[in-house]
Amino acid sequence: MAAVNPFETVELTDLDRAMLSGDHGEAAAVAMRILVAMSGVYGADRLLDIEGAHIDGCLYHGDSGVDFAELLVAGGARVRVPTTLNVGGLDLLHPEEFAGTAERRAKALRLMECYEEMGCRTIWTCAPYQTTPRPSFGQQVAWAESNAIVFANSVLGARTHRYGDFIDICAAITGRAPAVGLHLEENRRGQVVFDFRSLPRSLRSASWLLPAIGYLVGERCANRVPVLLGLENAHEDGLKALGAAAASSGAVALFHAVGITPEAPTLEAALGGGEAEEWIEVTAADLRAGLRRLSTAASGGKDLRIDVVALGSPHFSPREFAELLPMICCRPPAASVEFVVCTNRVSLDFLERGGDLDRLRDLGVRVVVDTCVVVAPILRTPSGGVLMTNSGKFAHYAPGNVGFDVVFGSLSECVQSAHAGHLRRDPELWP
Amino acid sequence: MSGGELRGRVLVGGVGAGPVLRLEEPLSFWGGVDPATGRIIDRRHPRCGESVSGRVLVMPYGRGSSSSSSVLLEGVRLGTAPAAVVLRELDGILALGAAVARELYEQSPPVVLLALADWEAVREGVDASVDVSGCLRIAG
Repeated sequence: MAAVNPFETVELTDLDRAMLSGDHGEAAAVAMRILVAMSGVYGADRLLDIEGAHIDGCLYHGDSGVDFAELLVAGGARVRVPTTLNVGGLDLLHPEEFAGTAERRAKALRLMECYEEMGCRTIWTCAPYQTTPRPSFGQQVAWAESNAIVFANSVLGARTHRYGDFIDICAAITGRAPAVGLHLEENRRGQVVFDFRSLPRSLRSASWLLPAIGYLVGERCANRVPVLLGLENAHEDGLKALGAAAASSGAVALFHAVGITPEAPTLEAALGGGEAEEWIEVTAADLRAGLRRLSTAASGGKDLRIDVVALGSPHFSPREFAELLPMICCRPPAASVEFVVCTNRVSLDFLERGGDLDRLRDLGVRVVVDTCVVVAPILRTPSGGVLMTNSGKFAHYAPGNVGFDVVFGSLSECVQSAHAGHLRRDPELWP
Repeated sequence: MSGGELRGRVLVGGVGAGPVLRLEEPLSFWGGVDPATGRIIDRRHPRCGESVSGRVLVMPYGRGSSSSSSVLLEGVRLGTAPAAVVLRELDGILALGAAVARELYEQSPPVVLLALADWEAVREGVDASVDVSGCLRIAG
């Protein structure tokens, strides 16, 4: 396998070359150099036009991210396509929610400002598909944030490769992306079938199980495209939870749910007329095992103390709040439990209009916007305790990122456990 | 293998040398590696607690969050990054972190892709080096 020089092998347009040579400013040149280098990595022979971007790089992970953004700002960067921003490191509406040092706060804020200065829309959410106009079917975009990528590809049928911090803004500044991966029809065919049809109907239609299903799918299919056969009635928030979990345990950027997602009206369509590389019959035992792997706290019965309940990864939608509100009004969290919901400003407006924001706060619920508890110092409870969640993504990342053991459960179990201060399981959830 | 040369495909060019840390399971750098120390912090990963810093990191591919490129870049800034990354499957997200490091700090660990049989042959703990042409040399 020989080394290739992408500057010689990638076909560039006159505009690409002009950007590369600095005619459109130093920032566009940096962005184009990185895109060309990455085209070499991916083996792309050309770049393609994109019509939108979603940026993950606005979240503070360390000073290097600020160094990069400042380099672009100093080079006169402006986005060429409509571009939205993922979560930042701060809740800008409720700055008192930040529990980190003043220095970290200042850097996280500066990073967010840099991306605003480049002309991005400040929606600050990991669920951009529930807040702003969505990309349409077949539209080419460059999205970062693993859950947003999988949603855009799978549920909307838009086309993005699995982008990350930095290349996202390079694509936005140039309006171009390497013509590779899931941008191209031939790479969107399903490869591995997960067959859920032998499960009882009550499990196949249980929305609380979708994160566990996603988690199992991500573990088993790695970076191949999975086809899910036999899921019923999964609504949009369920698909969002499934995709987020699959993109946490594996590198899943696209799934096809037969009869549900737009590129999978039938199994044959999902497989693009080809054969499945692998066919996996999923049993109830597999699902139980998947559920167990989502929790790191000892399986613990009713004695397990719950310190934190965290919801909203991806950000809670108005529909999810509508589900939470009647439950939590009957069973408010115990004083010993920190109850946090992460969401975006669209959902916050929905809560405020109905008077529900005050109601939730009176019940002791913290509603955090613009950011997220596993990526920024928001939790007040010292690490080392037990965090309960209905999110597969929180369950996956909370142990490493914020140092909590986790218990995964349904929304209703989370509310009941927060009320009791101890783990409460609902025996009726599992027939 | 003990001693020898393996030719890889350069994803991001550079040079690096150190003892091999071989991960059989993929690792997400975001949520999986602490850039302050270089240690693996993903408690579900079998090699949790080990350090990637200064090692020739041999792993199948990255997984999970697209923020892994940031964590690798931050590792370069803090001097805790691997000496080189040797993959079995193409991983754009780690390569991107390295490409940006080169743009921003004019240094980065090389990221190299090996054919499966070659990748399988690299043993844990041996001293190895990667050169600009993507050649992995193993001491022995």
